[in-house]
Amino acid sequence: MMTSVTQQPLVQPPAGIGTRLFAGNTGPVTVILLLFVAIWYAGAVYLNAPWQIDIYERAKVDWTLGDLVHETLRQERPVLPAPHQVLVEMNETIFGKRITSKRSLVYHTWVTLSSAFLGFVIGTLLGGLIAVGIVHVVSLEKSLMPWVISSQTIPILALAPMIIVVLGAIGLKGLVPKAIISTYLCFFPVTIGMVKGLRSPNPLQMDLIRTYSASKWQIFWMLRFPSSVPFLFTSLKVAIAASLVGAIVGEMPTGAQAGLGARLLAGSYYGQTIQIWSALVTAALVAALMVALIGWIERLTLKRMGLQP
Amino acid sequence: MSRRPDLFCLAALAFSGAALVMDLLFSDPATGIAGAPLFTAALALLCSVAGWWSWKSATTPGHGLALVVVVIGGAVVALVLLYGYGYAGQVSATFWLFILALWALAWRGIDCLAAFSSLNATRQRLVDTLIPVLFGAWLLFLWEVLVAGFEVPHVLLPPPSAIAARFAGSLDILRADFYQTFMKAVLAGYVIGCGSGFAVAVLVDRVPFLQRGLLPLGNLVSALPIVGVAPIMVMWFGFDWQSKAAVVVIMTFFPMLVNTVTGLSEAGALERDLMRSYGAGYWQNLFKLRLPAALPFIFNALKINSTLAMIGAIVAEFFGTPTVGMGFRISTEVGRMNVDMVWAEIVVAAIAGSAFYGVMALLERKFTFWHASYRQN
Repeated sequence: MMTSVTQQPLVQPPAGIGTRLFAGNTGPVTVILLLFVAIWYAGAVYLNAPWQIDIYERAKVDWTLGDLVHETLRQERPVLPAPHQVLVEMNETIFGKRITSKRSLVYHTWVTLSSAFLGFVIGTLLGGLIAVGIVHVVSLEKSLMPWVISSQTIPILALAPMIIVVLGAIGLKGLVPKAIISTYLCFFPVTIGMVKGLRSPNPLQMDLIRTYSASKWQIFWMLRFPSSVPFLFTSLKVAIAASLVGAIVGEMPTGAQAGLGARLLAGSYYGQTIQIWSALVTAALVAALMVALIGWIERLTLKRMGLQP
Repeated sequence: MSRRPDLFCLAALAFSGAALVMDLLFSDPATGIAGAPLFTAALALLCSVAGWWSWKSATTPGHGLALVVVVIGGAVVALVLLYGYGYAGQVSATFWLFILALWALAWRGIDCLAAFSSLNATRQRLVDTLIPVLFGAWLLFLWEVLVAGFEVPHVLLPPPSAIAARFAGSLDILRADFYQTFMKAVLAGYVIGCGSGFAVAVLVDRVPFLQRGLLPLGNLVSALPIVGVAPIMVMWFGFDWQSKAAVVVIMTFFPMLVNTVTGLSEAGALERDLMRSYGAGYWQNLFKLRLPAALPFIFNALKINSTLAMIGAIVAEFFGTPTVGMGFRISTEVGRMNVDMVWAEIVVAAIAGSAFYGVMALLERKFTFWHASYRQN
């Protein structure tokens, strides 16, 4: 971060809690978030007002600005639902329903998360395996690596509906097709990160371990793999986010049965904007949580390995 | 100098030998197709000779090229057998052994080519592009042969030839879809998203408070499934390309913002001091030092965004479009089980995506030629 330590006086005045908060990122982030919520409310009032005014005029009632604001924030199918409406809906569908119920957001989140997770695990293993191959076999590197890199430029998510429908046609439904989409979305970042990581030991270290006459296997487990761990975690964070996107998009073509993607689609069919937004916010929360979880595991692991103080 | 016998030569020898034996001993004239067994036998013989020769001689690129020529010849013959002789659907084990022998030879050929290293940059680049091209061609061949040989239903996986035929046969539709999705939605959204991201980043850069507040959030946003806003945008902006462009704007905004803000703080202390000693003002500083220093980051965002923009536009079309567009075509043709049309559309998307990315990479090379990653040692 950009905090310039050198310019601070040697003897610091006792800092109040406010000063300390705003010296780091917490204060600014909070302010920006509050600002964001305020803009959201203003936007909700602005976007929902035309419809509300229409109602007033048809009913020929007099209305004040206060009435308008009050009413626009509690419409049933608003153009843009207010944050508290989304929160209420989330509260009802997350805590208010049994988690096995089809109306529970926990159930839908679980459906999405399980296939995303399965795809994430398979994709990571596959990506790691390919990276190991690329690092150790010259002809694989020369023939495969250019394709791995250029495959990043292809909008691969466009394949999702076909995979779902075609696999569905041969009787493969539910978890697995979605997991396949997540797999191929998250194996590229892992491959690229791991290739970089497995190559990251510097020539000095490589020379040293060669003077110990280590075998390829030992070089891999004692030097290459440990030095690739930080790279691995960076790719894992990208991969879990991508696998979640894959699972959500994978739920759309199946005609909206279960999962967060299905909630989005069903909401858009029936104009249930609050439902769309609550699914969206939940997806965002889950994604952020997953990334944070991997970040936490990263910190623990790196600490154990002595790579981070 | 004694060398270890190459594993792939050995495999090629074993497979082609087995194919030869199977063909001569077990070929049944009643089920065999006229001329075909002799054909495979001759080829298997050729493969074994090539394998033997490759085992005996050194690993040189010329050698690799010779093997590649043999493999290409073998592949052409395999295709002729499949389609010319109506072999498809009733291929024998001999045929697969022959394909395996070809595979081993191909790998050996690539191995020989990959060992090539030259100080002549042009030659090195030539070989380095040839290898992945050959590899890709081999994969396509394998796909074709497997689908035809095992008679995989076209609904499940069409062979590349069927996709190419469909591609060539429906150029008008593909062009219209490309125009709707790429020229209208993607480009408009991309320009607006990247432009506004850049503008906001320059503004944010003036206020350190905003910078500290927005950067962590911007980083977080890149992990969120933003494509999910697609249904909302379709509700707000209607079915036409405007709603897709809106999705693209949202998807491309944050990577641009985060990268530009990071890039703007990239100029070194020495350079800043120099500019200060010249008495440069904010704008001079910005245009002469900090923006050029931020260019690698900005181009990074432009490259990431080129892919994101395509994804955003195509996925948004799954939620409703006028009856044209790449995403629309994909979702409707999937419904009709016209899988080869879907593949043709994906080929268009792949070409468009790579070309878009390639243009950005070329521009990057042109504008950031001074950067360490482009300098030769």
